[in-house]
Amino acid sequence: MLEITPLHYSLLSAALFMIGVIGVLVRRNVIIIFMSIELILNAVNINLVALSDQLQDLAGQVFVVFVIAVAAAEAAVGLGIIIAFYRNKETVNIDEIQIMRW
Amino acid sequence: MDLIWLIPLLPGLGAALNGLVGIRFFSKQTAGLVAVSTMAVAFVLSVVAFLGLLGLPADERYHEVTVASWIPPIPLETANGIGSFEVPWAFALDPLSGMMLLVVTGIGLLIHVYSVGYIAHEPRGGVARFFCYLNLFCFFMLTLVLGSSFLVMFVGWEGVGLCSYLLIGYWYRKQSASDAGKKAFIVNRIGDWGFILGIFLVFFTFGTLDFREVAEAAAGMPVEVGFGVLSLICLFLFIGATGKSAQIPLYVWLPDAMEGPTPVSALIHAATMVTAGVYMVCRNAVLFSHAPMVMEVVAWIGVLTAFMAATIGLVQTDIKRVLAYSTVSQLGYMFLATGVGAFAAGAFHLMTHAFFKALLFLGSGSVIHGMNEEQDMRRMGGLKAYMPTTFWTMAIGAVAIAGIPPLAGFFSKDEILYRTFLHSQALWGIGALTAVMTAFYMFRLINMTFLGRYRGPEWGHPAGGEAHDDGGHGHAWHGPHESPRTMTAPLMVLAVGAVFAGFIGVPAALGGSNVIEHFLEPSFTAFGAFHAAEEAHHLSHTAELGLMALSVLLAAGAILFAYRNYVQQPAAADEMARTFAGPHRVLTNKYYVDELYGATVVRGTMEGANGLWTVDQRVVDGAVNGAGWTTIFSSWVSHVLDKYVVDGLVNLVAWVCAEASYLFRRAQTGLIQNYAFATLLGVFAFVTWYLLAR
Amino acid sequence: MAEALLFYTLAALILGLGVMVVSARSAVHSVLFLVVNFLLVAVLYVTLNAEFVAVIQVLVYAGGIVVLYLFVVMLVNLKQAPERFSDPRRLARSGLVLGGVVLALIVVVVSSSLRAGAAPEGTLSGFGTPFTSGNTEQLGWVLYTSYLIPFELASMLLLVAMVGAIVLAKRHLGE
Repeated sequence: MLEITPLHYSLLSAALFMIGVIGVLVRRNVIIIFMSIELILNAVNINLVALSDQLQDLAGQVFVVFVIAVAAAEAAVGLGIIIAFYRNKETVNIDEIQIMRW
Repeated sequence: MDLIWLIPLLPGLGAALNGLVGIRFFSKQTAGLVAVSTMAVAFVLSVVAFLGLLGLPADERYHEVTVASWIPPIPLETANGIGSFEVPWAFALDPLSGMMLLVVTGIGLLIHVYSVGYIAHEPRGGVARFFCYLNLFCFFMLTLVLGSSFLVMFVGWEGVGLCSYLLIGYWYRKQSASDAGKKAFIVNRIGDWGFILGIFLVFFTFGTLDFREVAEAAAGMPVEVGFGVLSLICLFLFIGATGKSAQIPLYVWLPDAMEGPTPVSALIHAATMVTAGVYMVCRNAVLFSHAPMVMEVVAWIGVLTAFMAATIGLVQTDIKRVLAYSTVSQLGYMFLATGVGAFAAGAFHLMTHAFFKALLFLGSGSVIHGMNEEQDMRRMGGLKAYMPTTFWTMAIGAVAIAGIPPLAGFFSKDEILYRTFLHSQALWGIGALTAVMTAFYMFRLINMTFLGRYRGPEWGHPAGGEAHDDGGHGHAWHGPHESPRTMTAPLMVLAVGAVFAGFIGVPAALGGSNVIEHFLEPSFTAFGAFHAAEEAHHLSHTAELGLMALSVLLAAGAILFAYRNYVQQPAAADEMARTFAGPHRVLTNKYYVDELYGATVVRGTMEGANGLWTVDQRVVDGAVNGAGWTTIFSSWVSHVLDKYVVDGLVNLVAWVCAEASYLFRRAQTGLIQNYAFATLLGVFAFVTWYLLAR
Repeated sequence: MAEALLFYTLAALILGLGVMVVSARSAVHSVLFLVVNFLLVAVLYVTLNAEFVAVIQVLVYAGGIVVLYLFVVMLVNLKQAPERFSDPRRLARSGLVLGGVVLALIVVVVSSSLRAGAAPEGTLSGFGTPFTSGNTEQLGWVLYTSYLIPFELASMLLLVAMVGAIVLAKRHLGE
């Protein structure tokens, strides 16, 4: 119990991942949903770094760098979309973004 | 001679001119002038061509001129495999067609001249129409005569039938005239049916329609003992000839054709068109002489027609009808001659008959004209005093037809009777009896018309109740009068012909050389087979002279009997009619042949047509309507099926889709979080499955 | 012992802050919680011998991206938060359901790993060959040799994302 194994990191990662998912599914504010996605990405990153250390392989850390880069790109584009949408509909409520329903 | 193609063309041009322009614009004189001048030029050309023909050696007298290639080669099946059906528009001049050419153009010209006077009382357009028809007739007749093949001849053959119809029905407002025209046309069509079948069979048998090639091919075949293909051809051709030349059983149209103007009767129904049948038989002499059975049929039909028509002629009172039956009778003679193989004698009689019958008809036309359209001989009599020229010329014609030497009829008729005697005594007996009757009824006509007491209507009473300015006459009638010069001049010319035409055929028994027979001989034999068959047996000249003397004596007796009956003792004729009341009634009613035909053929045809009409209406129309109703019903069924079954299925599918989509589209909320949740569940499920399955 | 204590402390803080991020009513609060969360994760990275990644985490995430979020929140400037009229029970219900699912998943994973055998042996830091040189240098080597092409592709991705963000955020083209 006191010994910290990769399983602990994985459980931490899974918990953080679930918190992010719950945020994505439950919140209606699009900005908070995006932040939840960032949490999910962080959960993944923790896993990668932990296993990189465990396996003494730098590939995991390289992946983290790429994930951060992709997260930056995603945040930039996603927030641009939010601004454009807000400009048109005066809202960021995801329930009101439902033009693709039947 | 190379210009013979112009001969038919000229009257054709005249007809076109008169028909297209003349009816509207020409005066009576112009119309007549156009017609007469074209015929005159045609006659001159004919004479020139004939003289050219005479200049050739006897066995080279055949000249063919191809005007145009008419029907291009068409492959057709024949008895000898596939043949080429090719007919050029060609004219042929040989002794037979040369003679006919002279007869048609010569007598045609005279009749045109005569018509100028005769038709003068018609309205202006009518005159041009009349000359148009008359010229058109000459065009077709000359085509018929000159045609070098069956098909070209057939064009003329049909054309003269058409013109006959047009001219008989010239006074088309008169019901009887238009009926007679239709009768002539229809009866002729029956004959044409036979002729066409004959032409088909000729082509099928020989692979060609050219007269000379057919004759050469036929000459190479043996004379048929039984009834073979040549006999069938000849029988079909003869059926055509009976229609055109008014023989039993198709003669009934000719007497009715007298409804037409008299020059028409003279031209068409005496001198030219009705001889077309005889001419056609003569032209195919080689074919016919290879079919003895049909020759026998021809001879018997001919002699029976001659006899029957002569007996009817004995009692007719209409002057033109007497002449009509006389024509039928004389045509019977001609067929008798061809039937016994004396083609030259037949053609000779054809020519002499053309002269005296045209003469007689034109004379009767003159009488009718002078008597103000009166045709009943019982209302004439004593006209000799009023129209001497007509009387003398007609008398000459009557003597000629009666067979009194040395006039034309004697030579031709006795030639026929002599040749018939050689062939069969029975035929000769009937023929001689007919000759006697001919003499009798001709002089009955002359006597009733010109001699004795005048029995006609009164005249010279302008205020009289009987107005005589009916018909086309624009002036009151002033009693019987001689006809104008345009009418009497042709009479005189024809009278001269009737007197002298016979001298070209004086038989050897009388010291002659029978020029006409030797002249025509090449036309009746195949080319190159000149004088192939000489007569098998001859009677001595004494016996021949005896036969002549007998017939002359019989004719003279008949003439005297007619003089006694109708001039000296007019009551005797009535007495005879009472004595032989039964036969007289039969003859007066023309053996009831018209009634018989009416009851059988005409009625049968009409009944048949009615039956067919009924069948047509009930069965054919019924079938068509039934098919229509069936279609409508089946389309209705199809419509119902379509509407409720097919559409129902389609709508059912659509409805199921709509209902299903109503359920499933609930999932399509458009809310991203729902989708994400579904995705998450999917991921959970997948991971769980993966872990459990490991 | 101290290591375990550090890990548990960090894990509890990270999870707690994550819950705060998700459940905060105001977006601004949420962003602030997120910054702290990221910084704590960076600390976790340091404990795992990933100093370079930790620095990137602080600079790029906590410094760059989160500031971007903050700007957007300010820009949007909500008069009324979307959740203001939401049903509190709905949130609770959803959280309960998802918590159940998480529980199920953890049970499945733990049970399956117990079945597969013991967990990987040894601790992280005491095993394997230690990095001979500094973490940053090694990572630089790897990044610019083995992962050169993905690295350049990532730079292209960032460029494209930048252009796209500008195009989206611009009011209208040509205005």
